[in-house]
Amino acid sequence: MTFAQKVLSRASGENACTGDIVNAKVDLAMSHENSALVLRSFREIGARRIWDPRKVVLLFDHRIPANTIKTAEGHKEVRTFARTEQLPNFYDLGEGICHQVLPEKGHVVPEMLVVGTDSHTTTYGALGAFATGIGATEMAAVWATGEIWMRVPETMRIHLRGKLPPHVWSKDVILHIIGSLGSDGADYKCVEFVGDAVSRMSIASRMVMSNMSIEMGAKVGICYPDRKTQDWLAPRTDRRWVLDPSYQAAAADEELEMDVEELEPQVACPHTVDNVVPVTKVEGLKIDQAVLGSCTNGRLEDLAAAEGVLRGNKVSKDVRFIVVPASREVYIEAAEKGILTSLARSGAVILNPGCGPCLGGHQGLLAAGERCISTTNRNFRGRMGSPDAEVYLASPETVAVSALKGAIADPRRP
Amino acid sequence: MIRGRVWKYGDHINTDLIIPGRYLDNYDLKHLASHAMEDVDVHFASEVHPGDIIIAGRNFGCGSSREQAPLALKAAGVAAVVVGSAARIFYRNAINVGLPIVICPEAGRMFEPGDTAEIDLAGGTLRNTRTGEGARFSPPPAFLLRILEDGGLVPHLRNRMEAGPRQ
Repeated sequence: MTFAQKVLSRASGENACTGDIVNAKVDLAMSHENSALVLRSFREIGARRIWDPRKVVLLFDHRIPANTIKTAEGHKEVRTFARTEQLPNFYDLGEGICHQVLPEKGHVVPEMLVVGTDSHTTTYGALGAFATGIGATEMAAVWATGEIWMRVPETMRIHLRGKLPPHVWSKDVILHIIGSLGSDGADYKCVEFVGDAVSRMSIASRMVMSNMSIEMGAKVGICYPDRKTQDWLAPRTDRRWVLDPSYQAAAADEELEMDVEELEPQVACPHTVDNVVPVTKVEGLKIDQAVLGSCTNGRLEDLAAAEGVLRGNKVSKDVRFIVVPASREVYIEAAEKGILTSLARSGAVILNPGCGPCLGGHQGLLAAGERCISTTNRNFRGRMGSPDAEVYLASPETVAVSALKGAIADPRRP
Repeated sequence: MIRGRVWKYGDHINTDLIIPGRYLDNYDLKHLASHAMEDVDVHFASEVHPGDIIIAGRNFGCGSSREQAPLALKAAGVAAVVVGSAARIFYRNAINVGLPIVICPEAGRMFEPGDTAEIDLAGGTLRNTRTGEGARFSPPPAFLLRILEDGGLVPHLRNRMEAGPRQ
């Protein structure tokens, strides 16, 4: 059985074959600010109780602290609901981005079926979870019943071989894959990232791959759980699980190969994530803003990589450099290690953990004609402010060296 | 039968184009409708009529899980979207909010803006009334058609709860 078949068979109690539609029991259900929309549907359905409050996690990350009165009202509604229902897993202002907080707090373990009202819920695939994004109304039905229909997806297995060259990161790998396959190249599929290049990656680097799987349409983007996963999870959760490699032997519907040894730093150009070129093709383009953070690249290794580039230097006077740690834990660790101080000395503005600039909800919106390079996961037109602004996506190191030079730059030649 | 005037768009119309993130602090349907498709077509929100149909290319609705995307289109009066292919979250969201969605790769070639399209959702047929040209598509599975017939997942589940537990 493939990973997808195994998880969905267990969750549905049926023999889940590829293409079947099964009714699956959800292990974990996550929502952020859009809990307000979920709640509206939940009440309209006429449901009274959440099926299992222990399996629901709510938090705020997209617009925190509240940027408008409307946002504040939405927060208040959800906060009141969480208190009234005595939800044990409600995180208010300041914990950080859902896709960092849930793994950190030990909510996610391998082979769980996780649904979240955010498309980047695929991030938990880095820990070997079957995790996928759904809408608010569908989440209301999950809150009421604990169940959801799922089509058992085909498996696309991507073998990544070799050692990443210096200054090349998992962000460059996934941008290159998305550029090759196209933004619908893995539509509806369970993508499995395998091979020695993945084994060598940290959990944070694997999260980048799983996070961005949705940018090629994948339903799920997993890395097989291994000793590294086990070590990462051990201090965070009491949940038990065993390493089970059985699905690794199952035949995939598609097998792709990629050697990473020759890979160059990559950049996704406006206005689609699959518009990917090597950094050398866009080197020298002037930028107005640089953003380091998000559920893609706001983790400690990302901040440390950028700090390594900038240490002792000043960001270009023409660039606004915004840094957003992914969570409170990341923020504190980066502060204790002196990384945030060093970044601030270089001219960075450090924001509270959250999604702020990534979706143009608040903080750091772009004006017409401006250009931004960002470690986030989408460069869609209008995403970060004006529809007449441009967003380029790259690794933390590429973003940092670009901030330093005031133009898109190659991290191999700082 | 769904029958309406056609608006036509290309490939990869993402959820940020359908409803930009900068408007999503407010879930009021009129507010969402007034900004629908704003970054791809500034005329859409002011000129769309109830019953109009969107015809678009591949990968429609890629991007965010924001349900406000199909909600904004529905609130603007769109009766159906006919696309070459759809991103999976958008496909589910469209059905869950009661916005009929048809996957038909030929549609983009068959229509010009302003044409009238006729859709038989359950029968799996699409027709251009100006040219008379028709195409077939796979109708959504029966359980999804029932959700659409009820007007979305909320009324569907409410109906089921009112009907009492099934034997």
